[in-house]
Amino acid sequence: MNDFNRNRFVEFGLRFYIFLSFLFVFAPIAASFVFSFNSDRFPSIPLGSFSTEWYVAVASDPLVWAGLRNTLFVGLIVAVISTALGFGAAYTDFRYRFFGKSAYLALALLPPTIPVVILGLAMLAFLSRINLSGQSISVIIAHIVICSPFAMAITRLRLSQMDPDLEAAAWNLGASEWAAMRYVIVPFAAPAIFGALFITMAVSFDEFAVAWFVSGLNETLPVKVLGFLQGQVSPRINAIGTFVFVISMTLVIFAQLLLTGGAKDAQSASND
Amino acid sequence: MRRSVSLYGLTFSLPMLIWQLLFFVAPLVFLIALSFWTVKNFRMEADFDTINWVTMYGRWVFWQSYGLTLALATAACVITSILAFPCSYAIAFKLSARQQQLAIFMMVIPFFTSYLVRVYSWQIFLSDNGIINGVLGAVGMGPFPMLNTVFATMIGYLTLTFPLVVLLQLFSLMFIDRTLIEAAHNLRCGRIRTVFAVVIPSARVGLVIAALFCFILSFGDFVSPLYLGGGDPTTLSILITDTTKSGQQWPRAAVIALTMIATLLAVAFAAVGFAYKGRTK
Repeated sequence: MNDFNRNRFVEFGLRFYIFLSFLFVFAPIAASFVFSFNSDRFPSIPLGSFSTEWYVAVASDPLVWAGLRNTLFVGLIVAVISTALGFGAAYTDFRYRFFGKSAYLALALLPPTIPVVILGLAMLAFLSRINLSGQSISVIIAHIVICSPFAMAITRLRLSQMDPDLEAAAWNLGASEWAAMRYVIVPFAAPAIFGALFITMAVSFDEFAVAWFVSGLNETLPVKVLGFLQGQVSPRINAIGTFVFVISMTLVIFAQLLLTGGAKDAQSASND
Repeated sequence: MRRSVSLYGLTFSLPMLIWQLLFFVAPLVFLIALSFWTVKNFRMEADFDTINWVTMYGRWVFWQSYGLTLALATAACVITSILAFPCSYAIAFKLSARQQQLAIFMMVIPFFTSYLVRVYSWQIFLSDNGIINGVLGAVGMGPFPMLNTVFATMIGYLTLTFPLVVLLQLFSLMFIDRTLIEAAHNLRCGRIRTVFAVVIPSARVGLVIAALFCFILSFGDFVSPLYLGGGDPTTLSILITDTTKSGQQWPRAAVIALTMIATLLAVAFAAVGFAYKGRTK
């Protein structure tokens, strides 16, 4: 851009606006963190003294542990199955052209755009019809529907960085389709596969609405938080919230490092 | 390319297809059937009765919350788009490639971190003796009641959609042909005019899609209007949770859900049509 467009005040103003945007986005996360260590029962300024009593209170609540176990159990299974489904769909899109492909892709990508209340109601009604509601398996089924599109998108982006001729080259050198998958496609897509595992786990870990509809008594941690919200104000939510933030932020940061790191590899490989 | 239908190919393509047909399409289709069922003595019976549609559509409260939901979602979509644009514009045009990467990285994080806890946290800020009123009180102003207002609902919608809208806008802004902007400057087109005459029209598709996602998310969200807006008057999404959770009135909830889907489809088609208007694909 030429100098004509440079104006120090506008530059500064816009950069400051970015700062304000991030302030808005991260303020609730930071506040949750700060007030989880605050001794006052009702969060207000000025702060009370430093205290870990809310963490102690949360950690001694067996219901929270049950919820956490449930969440982790659901999240792990959801992550593995969603990533497998998403990988398959991404590879299908990468490799094949067939009649009805756009319908196939719509099916593979649309679920996250349906409002969660609607999805929750539909799942609850349908799953209770086939006697699968009110269990952990119901949450798993529903979360895979929501999570696999994320896995599909992530893997598809990675595959689009791959030269399609690589696979054909492997075949020409005598590899079977399965061998080419094992030794060419999967290693190339590995960062995306791990990234998808982390992201889908994070999505499942934070999803509360559909889980609330279908989980019955087998509540996951976010559903517990929803229950707390309906009750009175309690700094315990901040303690759980901070814990939840740390876990999902770790997952998302790992995923992003994997994905951007993978992209750099691909670039440098093609530059060599 | 080898044969297109093979055991190998099907191994990868079928699982997603089967799963989404079974557990995504089937429940939504079942919702249609469910809306014609009847509830007798707290038990649902398979039936073909239009009673639920007639009852729901005959209620004033239903249309009131329909209007409110539509208005809130439209407002959220306009406000978020306007507030997000300077941010995505600045990230796209004023930051170095490294800073840009970092900004995207940071915007992706909140999209995947618990919306529920962030809404709770906003309660701490907005409540009558919360942080904002505490700070205002220290300088002798307020307190301003902010919780349980439309303002608080909007904050919640912004929390939900702002990062996503920035990212979607950003991706369309980053792909604008920079030479167009330079040309505008060389022709002595002013800064603001360049934004409106060159940047926004070039990025139209992305901007409209971002606004559409904001509309969809706000339209379906029940957390912000309930826990920040106070839930009164009620929105369609709150109405669904209430109708489902209290009592066995699932068929009526299905009517609301189907009405919402129809509305969203209409809006989505209109938005996509507008986004690609005058373009030869």
